[in-house]
Amino acid sequence: MSEIKSGILRKEPLIFEKSQPGREGFSLPAAEIPRLKELPDSCLRKEDPVLPALSEVEVIRHYTRLSHWNHCIELGTYPLGSCTMKYNPKINEKIAEIRGLTSLHPAQSQDDIQGALELMYTLEKELCDLSGFSRVTLQPSAGANGEFTGLSIIQKAIKEKGEAQNRKKVLIPDSAHGTNPASVVLNGFEPVEIKSGPDGYLEIESIKPHLDSQLAAIMVTNPNTLGIYERNLCEISKAVHEAGGYVYMDGANFNAIMGVVKPGDIGVDTMHFNLHKTFSTPHGGGGPGAGPVGVVKALEPYLPVPIVEKDKQGQYFLDTDRPSSIGKVHPFYGNYAVLVRALVYILENGSSGLAEVTKRAVLNARYLRARLSKILEIPYKTDTLHEAVFSDRKIKKETGVTTMDVAKRLLDFGVHPPTVYFPLIVSGAFMVEPTETESLQDLDAFVDIVSQILDETKTDPEKVKTAPHNTGVGRLDETYAARSKILRWKKKK
Amino acid sequence: MRYLPQSEFDIKKMLKEIRVGSIEELFSSIPKEEKISEVKLEEGRDELHLCRFFHNLAAKNKVKDIILAGGGVYPHNFPAAAASIVSRPEFATAYTPYQPEVSQGTLQAIFEFQTMVSELMQLEVANASMYDAGSALGEALLMAYRVKRGKRKKVLVSKAISPDYLQVVKTMLQSFGDIEIEYLPWDSKTGKTILPQSLDKNIAAVALGYPNYFGVIEDISRMTTLTSSKKALAITVSQDAAVFGMLEAPGNLGVDIAVAEGMSLAGTWGMGGPGVGLMATRKKYTKKMPGRIVGQTKDEDGNSGYVLTLATREQHIRREKATSNICTNQALVALAFTVHLSLLGSRGLTRINALMRNRALELYEELLAIKGIKPVFTGPFFNEFVLSFPGNTEKLRKFLADHGIVFGIYLKKYSDVDSVFDNTIVLSTTELIETQDIKKTIKLVKQFYQD
Repeated sequence: MSEIKSGILRKEPLIFEKSQPGREGFSLPAAEIPRLKELPDSCLRKEDPVLPALSEVEVIRHYTRLSHWNHCIELGTYPLGSCTMKYNPKINEKIAEIRGLTSLHPAQSQDDIQGALELMYTLEKELCDLSGFSRVTLQPSAGANGEFTGLSIIQKAIKEKGEAQNRKKVLIPDSAHGTNPASVVLNGFEPVEIKSGPDGYLEIESIKPHLDSQLAAIMVTNPNTLGIYERNLCEISKAVHEAGGYVYMDGANFNAIMGVVKPGDIGVDTMHFNLHKTFSTPHGGGGPGAGPVGVVKALEPYLPVPIVEKDKQGQYFLDTDRPSSIGKVHPFYGNYAVLVRALVYILENGSSGLAEVTKRAVLNARYLRARLSKILEIPYKTDTLHEAVFSDRKIKKETGVTTMDVAKRLLDFGVHPPTVYFPLIVSGAFMVEPTETESLQDLDAFVDIVSQILDETKTDPEKVKTAPHNTGVGRLDETYAARSKILRWKKKK
Repeated sequence: MRYLPQSEFDIKKMLKEIRVGSIEELFSSIPKEEKISEVKLEEGRDELHLCRFFHNLAAKNKVKDIILAGGGVYPHNFPAAAASIVSRPEFATAYTPYQPEVSQGTLQAIFEFQTMVSELMQLEVANASMYDAGSALGEALLMAYRVKRGKRKKVLVSKAISPDYLQVVKTMLQSFGDIEIEYLPWDSKTGKTILPQSLDKNIAAVALGYPNYFGVIEDISRMTTLTSSKKALAITVSQDAAVFGMLEAPGNLGVDIAVAEGMSLAGTWGMGGPGVGLMATRKKYTKKMPGRIVGQTKDEDGNSGYVLTLATREQHIRREKATSNICTNQALVALAFTVHLSLLGSRGLTRINALMRNRALELYEELLAIKGIKPVFTGPFFNEFVLSFPGNTEKLRKFLADHGIVFGIYLKKYSDVDSVFDNTIVLSTTELIETQDIKKTIKLVKQFYQD
């Protein structure tokens, strides 16, 4: 047996490897002999699936140990750019557990789920108020699913005008999230990459060559992935509209402008929200999130069905009778339990609180930028809002240390690294978004750690290049993973 | 505000470092005319009032004790032990494991999830999850199109698949644009999908529900014989992954891509979501599969560890050439599914299946003993079935709802389903239904018809 570091067990086999015949971890009504004689033999399983056989204690220990190997917001700074890793309030979770809010079956009559319908209706109204859109669908399961939905809505509008054959091009700035071009292809459109200008802004001049009868839409992230507010967006929107196209805004960075700008008022036709970013619902290790989509009045007919409406008597109902709708994007009503949490957050803050959230998020980001830009190269000098992007160009040239090395060394200090190597337009990008929930001391500590690592790049570069040193496992070989393709556990023969 | 740690003093210090005079100045890069001018700000609520607000909303819902409805949403038990793991902030408040060295918990759990899905389906490779079974079916059809290199532009999709899933699939394929869907009708006697005698060369895939929306178990082998003869892909979609405790695994029946809904075992079925779409396929199609995949690897010292792998399929590397746009999926729901199955083991899963099955038969037989209630299909079912009822079916459902029973799904609500579905209901049971619940239901149904 080897000793354990920092008092936490770091070796834990796969749950299948711990399995012992004869153990069980469930409590269910007594065993019954299943009545299977009416079923043809070909329908029945001949061999049980290989699942672990363990007591509850062992299962709990296994997953509790695994949990100790995760960094999370509740442990410390998590400044992943474009991910808005803010604190997830406890009250959200408590309210989401209220049985009367969630133990409902979609087959129940609408009279019996009035509270749930009112909840969705209220959330939609709140999101409309915040964004300036006339309606919002809550169905999309995530940001990328929202992109798909918004683009499908645009596609349907183009089709109804009889221009579906021609209008296929969607303009996407080179700073966009990778999901944008992928969503465009899923919608049968063709992505056209647009170069951003020298100051990091999208320029009207680079759009102009594409303003023709083939233009379907432009997809803009605002503020963009450099953290810069697209000051030309209004003008670009006008030009795109004049050419018969639509404006899609990726709202992943809404935390930078909430309560300050309403995208629906500045020429944006449709936008998705990320409730798991801006509205504090847990990221869950990669979902479930939610990606509601807002639209302006002209695009309302194409929204997915159903949408929640309120009749004259104050009764809520699901409206499915919408002939121009794109159809459904979720089998039921979206990631409902996520919607509950987001509404809790919105109502706790109120619109005044949400505006304050934005101010503090930008304050934190700008403070971090001011301090970090003294020690790191910042390729775009333009003013930024909620995040800032640095480059490793200089350090790499001088010491051979890369962004990846610095990121891995950060792990040794118990902070999560920023988003790395994105956006692609910055070489060795180091994209920092602290969010509003970090304290001044947290921010200062982060800067001090980065500063110490940068010193090490001169005094002891090997230490940085071989990091991390204090994590349960060392730097993992991703090439080996891709080559050996071990994608599941198998019983040793 | 309790989530904002900056004091007045901090703010002054920070503004000084940034070299601006006020927070408002930080927004000077936004054109003035684009900023919100109105000053109609609403105050927030304290915790007491927040709870009161939501408890009031909850009071406007009617929670039912006996749910005999499925249709993709099956109220299974969710053990306290599993709930306690899922609520751990180390899992709940982490993000996609971009830095594997501090995300081994999430990564190993996903690797275990992939193994379980692969075991249930008896297919070699499973991904880290999709949003839900409906969109997973859409992705499976798009995947089949990619496997056939975009040369086969038609898919055959059973009309007996959940209409909720089919509507999502229709939206996805319509938006994509290059694939035509041909719907296969069902046989009005058996409830099974009518498969063609042979397949055209332009067909990329055939998809069946397993079991289908009526609970009928389709002839999966007939489909796979048909598809393999023309090198098309066979796809199945299952509304509740739990049934694979006893039903034959799709992989053993020759299926190429199996998708299923996992939320019913993950404790998140309320109002139908968040779901978790399971997807498994054959090894040779790994690179065409959408979604994240976790693989095993090692560090410099040879310690084993887990990373996101085969990312060249994905949007953040491949951009417009990606297999899908999915990135954030349903990791926490997948974890819930994994922990629950770890507690159950195959013995527990078999127990659940026995209870589901036996209660379904009890309900079926006792309802059929009531005059005028008839079975609709002759095809075999496991724990979900369709019956027709005399008189006003909606009134019957309402009467039972008033007594705390969700009495199945009224098929008529699907307007595109044949008119044969006047007065028919699809019913199902899970291990949460007890014999006394069925007795209560039967008594009330009899009472309804006597009155």
